Amino acid sequence: MAGESNGAAGFGSSIRRREDPELITGRAKYTDDLKLAGMVYCTILRSDYAHAGINSIDTSEAEALDGVLGVYTAKDIEASGVPGGVPVGWLLPGLKTPEHFMLAKDTTRYVGDGVAIVVAEDQYTAHDALELIYVDYDPRDGIADPKKATADGAPLVHDDAPNNIAFDWEIGDKESTDAAFANAAHVASLDIVNNRLIPNAMEPRAALADYNDITGELVLYMTTQNPHIHRLLMSLASLGLPEHKIRVIAPEVGGGFGSKIHHYADEAIAAWASMQVGRPVKWTATRTETYITDAHGRDHVTHGEMAIDADGRFIGLRVDTYAAMGAYLSTFAPAVPTYLYGTLMSGEYDLPAIYCHVYGVFTHTVPVDAYRGAGRPEATFIVERLVDEAARVTGIDPVEIRRRNFVAPDNFPYQTQVALAYDSGNYEGALDKALEAIGYDDFRTEQAAAREQGKYLGLGLSTYIEACGLAPSAVVGSLGAQAGQWESAVVRVHATGKVTVYSGCSGHGQGHETTFAQIVASALGVPYDDIDVVEGDTGSMPHGWGTYGSRSAATGGSAIASAAEKVVDKARTIAAHLLEAAEEDIEFEDGNFFVKGSPDQSQSLPDVALQAYLAHNLPKGIEPALEATSFYDPANFVYPFGTHIAIVEVCSQTGNVTLQRYLAVDDVGNVINPMIVDGQVHGGIAQGIGQSLYETAVYDDGANLLSGTMLDYAVPKAHFMPSFETDRTVTPCPHNPLGVKGVGEAGSIASPAAVVNAVVDALSPFGVTHIDMPVTSEKVWNAMK
Amino acid sequence: MFPSKFDYHRPSSVQEAVQILSDNPDAKVLAGGHSLIPVMKLRLATPSALIDIGRIDALKGISRANGSLRIGACVTYNEIANSGVVQDAAPLLAEAAGQIGDRQVRYRGTIGGNLSHADPASDLPAAALALGATLHVSGPNGSRSVSASEFFVDLMMTSLQADEILTEVEISAASAGTGSAYVKFEHPASGYALCGAAAVVTRGAGGSCTGASLCFNGVSATAVSANGVAASLVGSDLSDGAVESAVSNLSIPDAAGDMFASAGYRQELAKAIGAQALRTARDRA
Amino acid sequence: MGISIELEVNGASVSEEVEPRLLLAHLLREELGLTGTKIGCDTSQCGSCTILLDGQAVKSCTVLAVQADGSEITTIEGLANGEYHPMQQAFWDNHGLQCGFCTPGMIISCVDLLSTNPQPSEDEIRHGLEGNLCRCTGYHNIVRAVQTAAETMNG
Repeated sequence: MAGESNGAAGFGSSIRRREDPELITGRAKYTDDLKLAGMVYCTILRSDYAHAGINSIDTSEAEALDGVLGVYTAKDIEASGVPGGVPVGWLLPGLKTPEHFMLAKDTTRYVGDGVAIVVAEDQYTAHDALELIYVDYDPRDGIADPKKATADGAPLVHDDAPNNIAFDWEIGDKESTDAAFANAAHVASLDIVNNRLIPNAMEPRAALADYNDITGELVLYMTTQNPHIHRLLMSLASLGLPEHKIRVIAPEVGGGFGSKIHHYADEAIAAWASMQVGRPVKWTATRTETYITDAHGRDHVTHGEMAIDADGRFIGLRVDTYAAMGAYLSTFAPAVPTYLYGTLMSGEYDLPAIYCHVYGVFTHTVPVDAYRGAGRPEATFIVERLVDEAARVTGIDPVEIRRRNFVAPDNFPYQTQVALAYDSGNYEGALDKALEAIGYDDFRTEQAAAREQGKYLGLGLSTYIEACGLAPSAVVGSLGAQAGQWESAVVRVHATGKVTVYSGCSGHGQGHETTFAQIVASALGVPYDDIDVVEGDTGSMPHGWGTYGSRSAATGGSAIASAAEKVVDKARTIAAHLLEAAEEDIEFEDGNFFVKGSPDQSQSLPDVALQAYLAHNLPKGIEPALEATSFYDPANFVYPFGTHIAIVEVCSQTGNVTLQRYLAVDDVGNVINPMIVDGQVHGGIAQGIGQSLYETAVYDDGANLLSGTMLDYAVPKAHFMPSFETDRTVTPCPHNPLGVKGVGEAGSIASPAAVVNAVVDALSPFGVTHIDMPVTSEKVWNAMK
Repeated sequence: MFPSKFDYHRPSSVQEAVQILSDNPDAKVLAGGHSLIPVMKLRLATPSALIDIGRIDALKGISRANGSLRIGACVTYNEIANSGVVQDAAPLLAEAAGQIGDRQVRYRGTIGGNLSHADPASDLPAAALALGATLHVSGPNGSRSVSASEFFVDLMMTSLQADEILTEVEISAASAGTGSAYVKFEHPASGYALCGAAAVVTRGAGGSCTGASLCFNGVSATAVSANGVAASLVGSDLSDGAVESAVSNLSIPDAAGDMFASAGYRQELAKAIGAQALRTARDRA
Repeated sequence: MGISIELEVNGASVSEEVEPRLLLAHLLREELGLTGTKIGCDTSQCGSCTILLDGQAVKSCTVLAVQADGSEITTIEGLANGEYHPMQQAFWDNHGLQCGFCTPGMIISCVDLLSTNPQPSEDEIRHGLEGNLCRCTGYHNIVRAVQTAAETMNG
C-alpha cells in the first residue's frame, strides 16, 4: 500500500510521508512495544519528599514478594563498581557541579528523585513491590521558587552551592547599557515569570536493556532523540562499559520536544539492572512518573527594561533573570538560560546596547533543561513583551515601533551586541505579509467598534528571530559544550543503484525518512522509492549528535547533501572513464552522466554503481564501491525569523480568553517538504499557545508538585485551538548547501509573546500592562477588576 | 498504572450484589468504572473486591410512566444524553450528561457510578439537585429512597450506607412552560467543572416566573443549591435585568479554591455562569 | 485467581485466563501482542489506548479485561480491511500525524465520531476529539483528515 512515484518527490515537494503506513496501522514498534525472550520489568521508587534525608531503607518485604528478582538501592550501585553518574554536558565558568548519582544516596532533593529499584517478572508485581519498600525519611524544608531560593537562609539544595547559585552569567556590555538608560527619553519595564512547563511527549520514556555477560555487550533500546550522546554518557559516566560494547537503538520514538535529549538516571538504571539479573530488563515510565522525571522547561523570574530615545528608537536593553536548574544539572541545562537565551536579546532589532545577567539557581524540583525552543522562547517573550510595552509608553503603534527598529535588509550580516551574527533576513517583508493577511487596519476598526459594545478584542504581534541548527562545533566548544555539534551522513549507493542513507540525526516525528530521501532523490537523480533512510542505531551509522535545536535539516540534511555530492564526484570520475571522456566534459543530469552535447550516450548512476562494485574496469587510483561519508560542521547557526499574529477575544464576565485567529508568516529558508514544514509550525504554535494560556507546573511553597497528573496540567485539546493560518517568505540560508534553516521550534518561540500581547492589547482599556503566563481566566478577571 | 489485587464478583441481580457487598466490607461496586478504575490505577483506592453490576439488566433501563422518569444506575452518560425520553422528560439531565468527560468516557460512565462517587466537580450532581431527583437504593434490609439534596453529604461522600447500592434515579418529568440549561466552565486539563450551573425555570401563562431552581457543581465540596436566589425570581418577568439582580446576591457557602481557581473567583464564575444558565433556561421555557 | 474470558478481537476468537486487575489495554498489548494500542497516561485523559468495544470508542486503560468478557473489540490493527480505512487514508493524505503515538487511538476515535455524526462541523470535530491528546500536530491536520474522511465516506 506504500510507495510513491518519483515524479514530484524531490526537494520542495509536499510528498506524503513514507513513515505513515506503519504508524496508521499500529505496526510501528516503539520501545515499550518490544519484547525479548526472558524479559523482566523494572520499576523505580521515588521520593515523595522535596527534600529529605534517608535514614534507612528496608527492602526485605519487597524482596520476599513472589516474582521479585531483586530490590536495589544506591549502595548496591556503588558496590557494583560502576561510575553511577548522571553528568552535566555543558560547563560554564564557575559552574557548581554537585554530584548526581543514579539513585539518591543519603538525601533526596526533589519529589521524584529515585530511591530504590525493583526488578520483577511482570509489571504488576514490579509495581506491587514498590509499596513494600519502607524508607525512613528525615523530611527537610524545600524551595521551588528560583528567586526566593537565592535569599540568605533559604533551604540549600546542595551544601556546596551557597544561596543555591549554580552559576552567575552575563553577556553584553553593562556600562554602555547603563549609559543608554541614563540618556533614555522613555523606559519600558516589566517583571515577568516565564512559567514552568512539563514536556508531555505522548510516548512516556522507556528503555529495554539487554546485557550479555558473555560478550560484555549491552543493547539498549530507548526513547531517545540522540542515541550516540546516550551511548557516550552511558559509557563514560553511568555504566563504565566500553563505548564500542554499547549499542543504543532508537525504535519508533513518540515525540520528544527536548525531553528525550537528556541523559537521565532511569535508562541507565534499566541497563544496570540487566547487568545484575542477567536478563533483558524493561523500564517504562507511567505518565505520572514522566511528570516528576522528564526534565521540565522554562521557569524564569525576570526583570527586563528597554531604553527608548525621543524618536522611538531602542537604545538599550537590560535583562536580569533567575533561571531554575532544578535539583541537579541536567545534560544541557546550563546552556539553555545562557547561550540559548542571552544571545537572542537583540531580537529582530538594531539594538546598540544590551546587557543580560542570569543566575542559574538550584531548587528542590525536577531538573530543568531544553524544552522545545530552549531559551529562545524565553528571550523572545521578554523582548517582544518589552517592545509592546515600549509602544505603550511612547504612544507609538506596535507595528510602527517595530518597523522603526528592525535590522534593515541591507544591514546583513548583522553583528548583535550579544555574540550572534545574523547572516540574512528581511523582517519587514514577513511583517508586511502578515499584516496584509490578517487585515491589520480593518482589525483596529473592528476592535474599536467592539469595545463600544463591551466586547474586548486584542491583536498581538510577535516579530521573532531565533538561532538554531546547532551549530559550529568550535563555537559551542568555546562556550562550554562538552560535545561537538557537527552531523554525519553516509550515502551508500548499492550495486543495483538503490540507495541507503544513514544519518546521525534521530527523528521522532519529524519525517526525516521522507525529507532526507527527497534531498537525495534530487541530488542523485535516483527515484525516491529507491532510497531508504536509516537513523537511530549506534550500531549502524557513524557518530552523530541527534535531533534537537531545529538542527536536522541544517546540519543532518547538509551532511547528506555533502555526502551525495561526494558520491556524484566519484561516479563522475568512473563515468568519464567508461565514456572515454575527460571528467570535466561530463554532465550529470537526472541521474545520468553524459558527455557535454551527447546526452544519448550516457551512463546512469545505477550503471556506474554496478561498475563501481564489479571493479573490473575502474580508473586508476579509484577504490571500488560507491558510497561516501560526510561529517558536516556548519559555519554558523541558522536564523529563521518571521511574524506571528494572534487575535483574541476576552470575556468580560469570566475572563475567559478565546483565540479567534492565529496567523504565522515564517522564513525558514528553502523548504524541503512544505507539508511537513507547515505541520512543524502548527505543532510549535500549539505548544506556545499551551504555554501562554493553559500549561504550568505548579509547586507549592514546600516544593511539592501540585500539577502532577494530566488531570491538573493542561495539555491543550483540539477545541482550544483555532485552525492556523500559515504562510512563508523564503530567504535562503547563505552558508549551507541546501539553503535551509530550521522549523521545529519556531512556532513555540514566537507564539507565547503573540498571544500575551494580544490579551494585553484586549485589556488596554482596563490599564492592564502585563499578565503572566499561563493567562488563565482568573488572572484576566483579576486584572480587569 | 497498575491497580492492586482484588477479588472480582459479577452478580446477576441486585440482591446478589447487595449480599456480596454485605459480606465484603472493603469491596467497591463497579459500574462503568470510569470514576473508580482511575483512582485504583493510582492506588488511591485499593478495594479488596470489586462487585461488577454492569451486567445486571434491571439496572439498565430508561422508562417514563405516570409523569415520572426512571433511569437505571447502569445507564451510561451517552445513553442519557441521546435518549429521546430523557431529552423530553429531563432535558437538563441529558444536557449535563452530554458534557461529562469525553465521548469515550460517556460510553462507559454511568449515572449511578457518577452520583455515588459524588465528585462535586462532575456534571450530574447539580442537575440531579436542580431536578429534585429521587435516588432509589437497595441494601440488605430492602430498598429506600433518598432525595438528591440529602444524598450528597460531603466531598466524595454520600448518604449511601456501606452495604447499599444506588439502583435507580427518578425524576418528575418536566411540565409545560419549563425550560432548563446546564452551562459549564470547564477545567482545561480535566474537563471537570470549575463551575457548572444547572438551572430550571417555569413560566406561567402570562410569562412570569412561577418556579425556578439553580444549582452548582465545582464550587464547593458538594453540588450545592442556590434555590434561595432562584426563588427570588418567582413572580418576576425573567428579564435579563431580573436575572442579573437575582444572581448579584448569589453567595455560595463554603466555596472552595484550588491551584487553578480561587474560591472568590469561583463565586464570580457562579454568578456569570448561573445567569447564563438562567437566561438560557428562560429562553427554552 | 484467574478468570476465564472470551472475546472477539479483530474478528478472531480469543480465550484467556486473566487476573481481575488486568487492564484491557494490557491484555491487548501484553497478552495478545496488539501493541498498536498505546498507553500514554494513567488518568484516562490522553486517549492513546482508544479501541472499539462493541462498536463504541472506549479507553482500554480504564476498562478491566474481565469487563470486556463477551465483547467484540476492534483495535487499530483490525481497522484496515485489505485497504486502509478511509480514516487511515485521510490521516496519511493530510499529514494528520507526526510521531504517530497518539495516532491509533486518535484514528479510532475519529472513526467513532463519524459513525455518530457523519458530517460534523469543524467545531464538532474539535469537541469530538476532546478525549484524545496530540502533542505534535496542534490538531490542525487531524481536523483536515476527519473532514476529508467524512467526504470520502459520505461520497
